Amino acid sequence: MLHLLRIAATVLIALVAPLASAAKEREVAIGLQAAITSIDPHYHNLSPNNSLLLHIYEPLINRDPGGKLVPGLATSWKPIDDLTWEFKLRRNVKFHDGSPFSADDVVATYKRVPNVPNSPSSMATFVKPIVETKVVDPYTIVFKTAVPHVLLPSDLAGVYIIPKAIAEKAATEDFNSGKAAIGTGPYKFVEYIPNQRIVMKANYGYWGGEEPWDKLTFKILSNPAARVAALLSGDVQMIETVPTADIAKLSTDRNFALADKVTNRVIYVHLNQWNDKTVPFVTAKDGKALDRNPFKDARVRKALSMAINRDAIADRVMEKKAVPAGQLLPDSFFGTSRKLKPLKYDPEGAKKLLAQAGYPNGFALTIHGPNNRYINDDKIAQAIAQFYSRAGIEAKVETMPSSVYFTRATKGDFGYMLLGWGTESNEQGSSLRSLLATNDPAKGMGVTNRGHYSNPVLDKQITEALYTMDDKKREGMIQQAAETAMNDTALIPIHYEVSTWATAKGFRYSARTDQYTLARDLRPVAR
Amino acid sequence: MRVDSPWRRFASEFAESRLALFGLAVLAVLVVVALAAPFISPQNPYDLAQLDVLDSKLAPGEPSSSTAKPYWLGTDDQGRDMLSAIFYGLRISLSVGVASTVIALAIGLVLGLSAAYFGGWLDALIMRVADIQLSFPAILIALILLAILGQGVGKIIAALVTVQWAYYARTVRSSALVERQKEYVEAAQVLALSQPRIVLRHLLPNCLPPLIVVATVQVAHAISLEATLSFLGLGLPITEPSLGLLIANGFQYLLSGKYWISFYPGVALLATIVSINLVADQLRDVLNPRLKK
Amino acid sequence: MLAFTIRRLGQSAFVLAVMSLLVFAGVYAIGNPLELLVNPQADEIERVRASVALGLDKPIVEQYTTFLANAFSGDLGRSFVYNIPAIQLILDKLPATLELAAVAMVLAIAIGIPLGLIAGLKPHSWLGRGIMAGSIVGFSLPTFWVGLVLIMVFSVQLGWLPAGGRGETVLLAGIPVSFLTADGLAHLAMPALNLALFKLSLLVRLTRAGTREALMQDYVKFARAKGLGPGRVIGVHVLKNILIPIVTVIGLELGSVIAFAIVTESIFAWPGSGKLLIDSINQLDRPVIVAYLMVTVTIFIVINFVVDILYSLLDPRVRLGGAAAH
Repeated sequence: MLHLLRIAATVLIALVAPLASAAKEREVAIGLQAAITSIDPHYHNLSPNNSLLLHIYEPLINRDPGGKLVPGLATSWKPIDDLTWEFKLRRNVKFHDGSPFSADDVVATYKRVPNVPNSPSSMATFVKPIVETKVVDPYTIVFKTAVPHVLLPSDLAGVYIIPKAIAEKAATEDFNSGKAAIGTGPYKFVEYIPNQRIVMKANYGYWGGEEPWDKLTFKILSNPAARVAALLSGDVQMIETVPTADIAKLSTDRNFALADKVTNRVIYVHLNQWNDKTVPFVTAKDGKALDRNPFKDARVRKALSMAINRDAIADRVMEKKAVPAGQLLPDSFFGTSRKLKPLKYDPEGAKKLLAQAGYPNGFALTIHGPNNRYINDDKIAQAIAQFYSRAGIEAKVETMPSSVYFTRATKGDFGYMLLGWGTESNEQGSSLRSLLATNDPAKGMGVTNRGHYSNPVLDKQITEALYTMDDKKREGMIQQAAETAMNDTALIPIHYEVSTWATAKGFRYSARTDQYTLARDLRPVAR
Repeated sequence: MRVDSPWRRFASEFAESRLALFGLAVLAVLVVVALAAPFISPQNPYDLAQLDVLDSKLAPGEPSSSTAKPYWLGTDDQGRDMLSAIFYGLRISLSVGVASTVIALAIGLVLGLSAAYFGGWLDALIMRVADIQLSFPAILIALILLAILGQGVGKIIAALVTVQWAYYARTVRSSALVERQKEYVEAAQVLALSQPRIVLRHLLPNCLPPLIVVATVQVAHAISLEATLSFLGLGLPITEPSLGLLIANGFQYLLSGKYWISFYPGVALLATIVSINLVADQLRDVLNPRLKK
Repeated sequence: MLAFTIRRLGQSAFVLAVMSLLVFAGVYAIGNPLELLVNPQADEIERVRASVALGLDKPIVEQYTTFLANAFSGDLGRSFVYNIPAIQLILDKLPATLELAAVAMVLAIAIGIPLGLIAGLKPHSWLGRGIMAGSIVGFSLPTFWVGLVLIMVFSVQLGWLPAGGRGETVLLAGIPVSFLTADGLAHLAMPALNLALFKLSLLVRLTRAGTREALMQDYVKFARAKGLGPGRVIGVHVLKNILIPIVTVIGLELGSVIAFAIVTESIFAWPGSGKLLIDSINQLDRPVIVAYLMVTVTIFIVINFVVDILYSLLDPRVRLGGAAAH
């Protein structure tokens, strides 16, 4: 009898369920550019993962579309002294499995982060500064650091919280299968097929209020043409990273709308200064070796920067989806200096400077760059070579896939290297430290300084700024450090990338600086 | 009946097909254009100093912003004159396609014949190496060679030869296996003719026809494989585009209506391959001993 | 026959070992996976931790011997990128590629051989010439270009077919296939045609050449003289004669279709193993590359084995194993 009842109930549900959902399910499909490598939020510190997983999980601190830190699972946070931070947590938040969120979940999550097996790039860096954690009450938590660590809130914005029970025993596979994919975020996990698609449904009990969609499908469309074709043919309603080739057409087509925002990624050139005497791929025009490394001379570096027509690159190569750069982050970000403007295009001035530096006839160099990493990277390299030929420098171009390129660039195989850098902390101090401080990996200085630029004055300014807790004071110090670096042309900034989204008619996207593609920012608009 | 020289007879047999003659004429024009590219092009598209990015993506016939001279077939995203780029690209594509096919064919022929004729461990070795080769994706080979050797025309030819030789070796071996069992080879062996003579004079000519079919197709395939590698960023230096690289670069502008960047190089590529094949089809019919009436 | 099979098995094991060694050396030569995997913002400690976690801190020779030891116990390693057993990742994606390859091959054979026969039997008719001209177009245009043009015409302009992805699938003997549903067929049509085009043209040309040759052979002339109907002459004698080179090429091409569906798969966002391979190569995800090649080599070896057996059945003059003639 009980059995019969159960069957009847099942039949009833089966009959009613479609009726309920027939109340027009609001669903949307979004075309993503890069593969999502895991649903485990602590397995791979990779921008596409972090962006997608923000639908399911949340960090203590969120970022608003402009990159500013705003309350997430923490309602407030403040430094108590140089080494102590207090975080107040949000009450009445429930995980997708119904369990309540509290400080224990935070502690367990941070404990799991450095210990994810086989992680190719963990988030350990973010929680490592914390040497001691104290749970004051279920909604108050205190972190202690060994040295003053001003970027702690920004770091913790990158770590997504999962329930304690899951943090203690779930493996990466359990997240991928959905079993452990439990967060507090606005959407719940439904399906993950690597390299193909991710499906989610709305979390109706979300503390942050109602979301615009009932069901989300993210499709991985890595090939740019395939992505645009999917949008044009209606397979998806929005795509990220619109190829520049299609921007002109889409912006004039009334059936589509574009959204864009300048990002925290700068495209720049590192000049090889490993050695005083020699530098790879730089010779006199007749192919003979030079007697010294010209990149060691600040005048040569400045000339190489002046000889680039940044406006033409932004306009012609990037279809206006780039902003000429004079430092490492766009003006609106923390620690940027208003005094630093993109250098004016001046081939004659560049020639003069080169002559002063002892190269009246210029020299020859090869521009090396990747061809599948940054937007139009190989085209930018070619355009730079064109401008150099007008300033008396003979430039060849060699581009290669990033799998080959970055290993060789790190080894110092190239002289003139086109690179890019996204400052995830949105604070210029950290980019100066990674890209331009003298190489000292043990101290975390100059970790990605592939040019081996070294300037003791700059090192000192960066280090001091790093340990200054007062935001106002620190900002001034970072600005000063940036001016030191840029006035010495420590590297050659080209432009800031502008990320783009295209939506079909009836949809509008409000863009973000961090290049994240979030369904909550995609809204239906009245036709 | 007049006795013709073999050459004259060959020429007259070839000329029987008007289509083949037409193909030959087109091919001749293309070869001349390729050879004379530096003298007839309005611009040297490989010299970055002559390009102007401010003239990029101009439609066919639009004038340059600086010199007011028109670009007859438009420009690409670097301001490269498409007409000049096609002339130069033709040169590279033809040399890459033909050189890699000829070298791969020669290697494949030698190895395939040896495998079939000598059999035993040599056969096993060659065929297993061919198996390895055929299952190794062209892209991975190209990437490894790129990492070790760097970019360039010679390197792309090396990559294409590496990719293709096994194909010929297998095809040759399978035809040769059949031929080897035939009476004329056995007769030659009975006559104690030298082995090189048997292989070269008897086996080779009879294995050639299917090979020529494959080879002519493969010239085309080599050219489009080169384009595909370029499309994946593994081909020629981006500043010295072949026809394939031009198509690959222009390909991204197809959806946005700037058709000329990949359309005209596509037409040039098509003309090249069609004419090669028209000529090759007729050559094969004329040369094939088994088609002699 | 048995000896032949055993010898082949031994050789195949050798091939697999050489193959894995080549991939190890090759990936090592290309670059360091850590450069691509580790977030550039990470510090030195994190880099070291990642290299230990992935086993990349050990000398390359040791990495290889560890791999070999594990491979013998059936473990081909875990993907650096996905942390999923490489073989599972591949087997999840392989059915989609096999289906695409098989449909493409069927298309190529079903269209290519009849067209080639027509062109061979009537080489001087406009139809024969037209077929040959068409076949040239088929293989002279790069696959990626043709693929995009197909999408432009059939998806964007006409809106008849979806631009990419795999449609609805149903389970057939436990394997998801899409050719049994209308939605699946709609998704399958363009990528399969795109992939088939080159093989189709090749088959047309091979069939034509074989047919023309066969018609000149004495036994065909004899059969005709005996008054056999043209259907029988073509069906039995001509087809049989042209099958050998065609079987070779089909064997080769089926393998290459599987291995090289990369371009088609990425243009049409077809979730197959080709796309997985190109992504893995770009990311230097060595375990996946190695496992992928092991799988394709095994498929190749099986196909070649079958092809060699087919030879001996089709043409009794071929002796298996190529035993020396003297």
